[in-house]
Amino acid sequence: MTKEKAQILDQEGIRRSLTRIAHEIIERNKGTGNLVLIGIRRRGVPLAERLAERIKDIEGSSVPVGTLDITLYRDDLTTMAYQPLVRSTEVPFSVSGKTVVLVDDVIYTGRTIRAALDAVIDLGRPRVIQLAVLIDRGHRELPIRPDYVGKNVPTSRKEEALVKLNEIDGEERVIILELPD
Amino acid sequence: MAINGKDLISLKNIPAETIKLILDTAEPMKEIIKRQIKKVPTLRGRTVVTVFYEASTRTRTSFELAAKYLSADVVNIAAATSSVSKGESLKDTARTITSMGADVVVLRHPMAGASELLARTVDASVINAGDGAHEHPTQALLDLFTVREKKGRLEGLKVAIVGDILHSRVARSDIWGYTTMGAEVRLAGPATLMPPGIEKTGARVYNDLEEALEGADVVNILRIQLERQRQGLFPGLREYAVMFGINRDRLKLAAPDALVMHPGPMNRGVEISPEVADGLQSVINTQVTNGVAVRMALLYLLTGGAHIEAAY
Repeated sequence: MTKEKAQILDQEGIRRSLTRIAHEIIERNKGTGNLVLIGIRRRGVPLAERLAERIKDIEGSSVPVGTLDITLYRDDLTTMAYQPLVRSTEVPFSVSGKTVVLVDDVIYTGRTIRAALDAVIDLGRPRVIQLAVLIDRGHRELPIRPDYVGKNVPTSRKEEALVKLNEIDGEERVIILELPD
Repeated sequence: MAINGKDLISLKNIPAETIKLILDTAEPMKEIIKRQIKKVPTLRGRTVVTVFYEASTRTRTSFELAAKYLSADVVNIAAATSSVSKGESLKDTARTITSMGADVVVLRHPMAGASELLARTVDASVINAGDGAHEHPTQALLDLFTVREKKGRLEGLKVAIVGDILHSRVARSDIWGYTTMGAEVRLAGPATLMPPGIEKTGARVYNDLEEALEGADVVNILRIQLERQRQGLFPGLREYAVMFGINRDRLKLAAPDALVMHPGPMNRGVEISPEVADGLQSVINTQVTNGVAVRMALLYLLTGGAHIEAAY
């Protein structure tokens, strides 16, 4: 049986983390010039939209937001018994010469991000790509490190970090689940 | 959900949800075709072999591009230049190809049932790219995709299929596809080119072309297959054009926003007049683009098996 072990963030905690990340993005990039946000399906998408709102509140300027589906870039399709459904990638702006901030909910092995990097580069040639995640749970299998982290959560491999967002799940919290042996 | 096992041979007996899955998957594939860099690494290391026993530039190129956009390796075999001309049987050709490691075989063959026979012979996925006058399922899927894209739905639409139904594998696959998705199919053409018993498919045969066109949402015009017309099934091309050719006046009988479709290649001035082929209602060029997207979706879905929500 999967068991809820702990709650890492509540609604207020998620809100605060995103506000801090928004400030860090603006500070590191010295404003919002040439900045675009791309959310990785599924939960990276509402997080990217929220970050864009925060950035607009702080800086007063709108940042374009795109959606990336990385299914076709996975490196394990040939070894899987099941294939995931492909959904659409919607990046209605050029990424060439831009500062792209990829946004996802949890970073774990780093393979999703590797796939996302390939997917973004196939859309054009960004000047720089940065990575923002709400939760970093460790256990990287690739040399990838996020630039902005909401919360570092050291987990065991028998655990799962689950982000629940109002837009998708109808609730707002981050929990650690204990997976069965 | 799997697509009818490992192969795509026919649209008969394919459930609506499977067709919907293929069409839904083709949507993101179409986005890739519109990109500047039209390539994703999905089928890297996979091999697709096209085996064409009949001439076809359009379908073969469409499959080849679809496979290449997904990063598969593609080998094209034209029967005329292969060991087939030395008398090798279809089964032996197929066994040779799959022994070399092909994952997908795309077959065009003049004999109805050839792709089904092949599918039973080899482990690779087999896609029917037209078998005799039997079926051409990928053409029908791209027709369905194009109509759904333009009309937003398939259910409840009136689809008129006009012309040489007897020799048309496209018509047969279209009938299965449209009726499964809840559209009404009307067939019209010379009585000599109407296969007996075709009503059993769920389509309705109209003796009067104008009645079939009345209020149609889609007018799918079939090619007069000149190469199959040696038996004199209609008096002549000029008479066919007068009796069954779709021109501007006839098109006015259909719904004002009716789509004009044709699987190509067109005999302009015979089954379709140039002003209809190039008119505002024509989606013939869109069909060609969508053909690549639909074939990408099929290659992706067939090389997998079942499907789950992404959890990566």
